[in-house]
Amino acid sequence: MAQVTADERSVLEEPAPPATAPPQKVSGRSWPRTVLLAIGALLFLFPFYYMLMASLQLKPDTSVRGAFPTSGFTLDNYRSINGRVNLVQSLVNSGIFTGAVILCTVVLGLLAGYALARLHFRGRGTLFAAMLLVQVIPFQLLMIPLYVMIVRSYGLADSYLGMIAPFAINATAVFIFRQFFMQLPDDLFSAARIDGAGELRILWSIALPLVRPAVLTAVLLTFIGPWNEFLWPFLITKDADLQPLAVSLANYISSVAGRAANPYGAILAGACVLAAPAVALFVVFQKHFTASDIGSGVKG
Amino acid sequence: MLTTVLGRQPLGLAFAAPYAVFLVLIFAYPVGLAVWISFHDYFFTAPGVAVDRPFVGLDNYTAVLGDPEVHKAFLNVAVFLVINVPLTVVLSLVLATALNGAVRGRIFFRVCYFVPYISASVAVVAVWLFLFSNGGFVNQLLGPLAPDPSWLINKGLAMPLIALFVTWKQLGFFILLYLAALQNVGKELYESAAMDGAGKLGSFMNITVPGVRPATTLVVILSIITGANLFTEPYLLTNGGGPNGASASPVLLMYQRGIEQGNPDTAAAIGVLLMIAFLIIAFVNKRFLERD
Repeated sequence: MAQVTADERSVLEEPAPPATAPPQKVSGRSWPRTVLLAIGALLFLFPFYYMLMASLQLKPDTSVRGAFPTSGFTLDNYRSINGRVNLVQSLVNSGIFTGAVILCTVVLGLLAGYALARLHFRGRGTLFAAMLLVQVIPFQLLMIPLYVMIVRSYGLADSYLGMIAPFAINATAVFIFRQFFMQLPDDLFSAARIDGAGELRILWSIALPLVRPAVLTAVLLTFIGPWNEFLWPFLITKDADLQPLAVSLANYISSVAGRAANPYGAILAGACVLAAPAVALFVVFQKHFTASDIGSGVKG
Repeated sequence: MLTTVLGRQPLGLAFAAPYAVFLVLIFAYPVGLAVWISFHDYFFTAPGVAVDRPFVGLDNYTAVLGDPEVHKAFLNVAVFLVINVPLTVVLSLVLATALNGAVRGRIFFRVCYFVPYISASVAVVAVWLFLFSNGGFVNQLLGPLAPDPSWLINKGLAMPLIALFVTWKQLGFFILLYLAALQNVGKELYESAAMDGAGKLGSFMNITVPGVRPATTLVVILSIITGANLFTEPYLLTNGGGPNGASASPVLLMYQRGIEQGNPDTAAAIGVLLMIAFLIIAFVNKRFLERD
């Protein structure tokens, strides 16, 4: 597997000249490429545009012209979804779930990533192999045994702890940290050790400040996991006061799906509230979602 | 002495220990438990209640393998993969190549392509439900060409639509993977190909496609993982795998059998079979794509 290093990250950020044609041909040949990219962008963005527009119309018009409303904007749908599911409580639950998962992932991931990258200890190879193996086991396949353990054996149904536990570790975050720690020069660590610094001290005061971008990337990548997660919190929370927004919105969708007049306006207003934080974070921090960071996560 | 037993920096053990403990508790033990449950007559009890759960050998597996609904669910995943995997590979490679050469608007397009990937499935399922509903925007756009019955309640179209949805949602991630892989394809290869008079299509087929083959292996495996995991889409988009099981997935069946109907033993057997099927496909795919 080809390795992508941090150096190549900068390559991705810079506007690279086309590799296939000499410069004088660029202007003549670049328009099909731009058209292709623009059609792609339209297909990717249109559902989001439509979601927002329909959520702002009291009675969304499904006709083709209705996709481009010029008047009748209202926030009624947001009030209506707030009456059906407790938006504030759901958002708080999503926040607690997501925040705790990020905290566990970053703390456990930093320690494990540092150990795997910089320390020689017995079982390091085994641990790394186990992490690679875990990545190919789809989480959903563990649904039944985890449900049995957490809900039936430990009685953690309808609790934040039960919701958080299966997500507390994340191989992607460990891979990102390991990758970044490995890129730091060896001299830095031997110098600190000669000066008598303990490993915890080295990690905290020397290595951590240098891998701050990796921490940000790991936080951003981890955020979208629990914030968007549906299956697991859906399985273990029956109490509406504990459900994250993804679950309460899904329950609302499936409870009204059978009815003739679907209140799509309210559903789409809820969808906008659910999608907005992740999209906003991504747009603001988009340059931290680079291919090499994600690549190092999935490739090891 | 201690160094030879624990390694040069035994503190590493302490650093890695919390992670390793979670790995055992959340992955290793549940995998074992799933296999154990699938060989026993298992049912739910309240916490702390000890009951007899007799060993039943392969009974759960014979029940599952003889169940037409299970056959259908696995067949549905096959349909999903046949549509999703080629579409994902071709579209993400083509768009990544276009993006790689683009001079202007790279960041804008990157953001556009990535937005579906980072959005919650539940939120984007909601808008697809609306777009593809009976009198929805897509049918209005198609006019007389609109399928009857409509997309989500049409036996032949429900699963392909789910495959399309997942392709759309995941594509941004795969475009980024290919974008990284493209940086490793030597520019001089393209230059010499252009010198030899190769066209754009020619150099794409003869240089780009073989050049990113390792990434393709990864894209295919990750797509298959997505297919094996399918739950939210059939649960919400087609209202529980409808119409009449035409879009049910194995994970949806595991949920319905195991948790709704209280038969964790047969659900665990479905899970183990799915895991075996997935490992075989991943292995064959690795062999097939990595041979030279």
